[in-house]
Amino acid sequence: MSLETRNLGIQKIKNQIKKQMGELRLMKGNEVIAEAAIRCGCDGYFGYPITPQSEIMETLMAREPWNGTGMVVLQAESEVASINMVYGAAGTGKKVMTSSSSPGISLMAEGISYLAGAELPCVIVNVQRGGPGLGTIQPSQADYFQSTKGGGHGDYHLLVLAPASVQEMNDFVKLAFDLAFKYNNPAMILADGAIGQMMEKVELSDFVPRLTDEEIEARSGSWAVTGKRKGRERHVVTSLELNSEKMEENNIRFQKKYRKMEEEEVRYELIECEDAEYILVAFGSASRICQKSVELARAKGLKVGLLRPITLYPFPKKTVAELARKVKGFLSVEINAGQMVEDVKLSIFDEGIAVPVKYYGRMGGIVPTPGEVVDALQRLLIGE
Amino acid sequence: MDIKEIIRPENLVSKKPVLMTGNTMHYCPGCSHGVVHGLLAEVIEELGIQERTIGVSPVGCSVFAYNYIDIDWEEAAHGRAPAVATGISRVNPDKVVFTYQGDGDLASIGAGEIMHACNRGENIVVIFINNAIYGMTGGQMAPTTLLGQVTSTTPNGRNVDLNGYPLRITELIAQLPGTSYVTRQSVHTSATVRKCKKAIKKAFQNVIDKKGTSFVEIVSTCNSGWRCTPVEANQWMEENMFPFYRPGDLKDAEKDAPEGYQKKN
Repeated sequence: MSLETRNLGIQKIKNQIKKQMGELRLMKGNEVIAEAAIRCGCDGYFGYPITPQSEIMETLMAREPWNGTGMVVLQAESEVASINMVYGAAGTGKKVMTSSSSPGISLMAEGISYLAGAELPCVIVNVQRGGPGLGTIQPSQADYFQSTKGGGHGDYHLLVLAPASVQEMNDFVKLAFDLAFKYNNPAMILADGAIGQMMEKVELSDFVPRLTDEEIEARSGSWAVTGKRKGRERHVVTSLELNSEKMEENNIRFQKKYRKMEEEEVRYELIECEDAEYILVAFGSASRICQKSVELARAKGLKVGLLRPITLYPFPKKTVAELARKVKGFLSVEINAGQMVEDVKLSIFDEGIAVPVKYYGRMGGIVPTPGEVVDALQRLLIGE
Repeated sequence: MDIKEIIRPENLVSKKPVLMTGNTMHYCPGCSHGVVHGLLAEVIEELGIQERTIGVSPVGCSVFAYNYIDIDWEEAAHGRAPAVATGISRVNPDKVVFTYQGDGDLASIGAGEIMHACNRGENIVVIFINNAIYGMTGGQMAPTTLLGQVTSTTPNGRNVDLNGYPLRITELIAQLPGTSYVTRQSVHTSATVRKCKKAIKKAFQNVIDKKGTSFVEIVSTCNSGWRCTPVEANQWMEENMFPFYRPGDLKDAEKDAPEGYQKKN
């Protein structure tokens, strides 16, 4: 996109901003992802339908952003194709994304590994459903391992953000792109069917224009594949390196990047943890349930707080360890068979602290009730 | 006659293409890849599109194509080059994007991606090297392997009951309304090299003119995989490949949608 093209559209966008800045709306989480993508200056979306996230592409197609900001939207023939379209477009320095749900993300695993290996920035949204296999279309958090530990082959990490509200579905699109470009790494928004499908009040972000070719050159000009001009070396986007010494150097560089993320990008929320004796650890939908559980427990006179990891990778290890020094126990509440509980345990074990860590959760598309969580806390940790 | 009298500019009939990097090629002597790389470099130079051409290399012998032609490249996962090219082209409509794929990559693991990219009429060039074998991994059966052809996974020859039939994917591609130019070429003689260059140039011109997908199959030799000399490989190709994979244009439409495919809006 040239500067002239953008200038032509800028007045149009300004008018939209005037009308829509600070605008409150009632929207579905999935619809908000689409709206936030257009508003943050996304250049392209490539996707394939799958429940419970199809509204993302449906909303984009209905909004026709190619007639507004110039954003490209394409329905691909498969998730495999979608993620590789993202790879191609991301390689040119553009701001591109895809979305899917659990089985579709498994199909994308190869492409995600290539994106991480080629150090390309992009955003992947996973609106999780229950598995394994075709599983169910109901909400789940069973892709925690897949998202935070790699998911595809090879040593790599995604930046993983876990929204707990429709508002965060809006906010995290821009944040995910910012982090992806800061680290030249794919970033994932790990939502679930409940967050994707539920309607809440949301304050939509202001419009940010798409970058011009010159701005892309300034940001990503050292590596982006934009056509070899005279005076510079050709750019090659690849994850291939057959020289073992060089490949190990690449691996070491990736690992340094992940350590930097662990130092600088940890995000979390603490709710009523100051005087807490017991800590619930929960992300996304489960954390919303646990907020109510904290209220119920406190009404019973139990000093309970909630730690909500916002970044699942990097995981708030230090915060867990700090809490571990002063509390009597942790309950990891998850909509899966107990995955994040391992990271809670590792955070404490690595510091040599002895404090009980238990798990409670439901599976198969069933979400725990706030009361069930309090019962589990009493049964597993406090003892009645 | 002294050799210095022969080496004069006016006697020059062929030279190293300007856009070839000079890196030592890893291809086996007798392989068709080198010739096709040279043609691509010449065409890109002659059309003056070096600064806006983006190549997509596959998985297979030509995975390192990016080491030899001095343009920007993306290296795709096995079979996914058409999807990668789609992504590049869609967000950069003024770039000239091409994929370079072998028969295992394009006709087997990437059969879905190539069909849909061509059916959508993505504005890309596809260079399809068909040597009826997996070269890189050591000469296994490809979807294009001929009946009776011996490969390392068909040691007694390709057998219909066990392995199914060879796939003429280019004939399928030619039926798709998104393709504007579909042709089958070879590069085993001077005459066919010249003809093939013309076809590649036409394909690139089509993409410059935004005419949709142009697909150039090049029936090629893999003398290492075929376990013969380069000369024998050329003979074997003429005698066995050409009767099944007939060289020539399969389609040269001016993007007129075939009957039943007229645009509705």
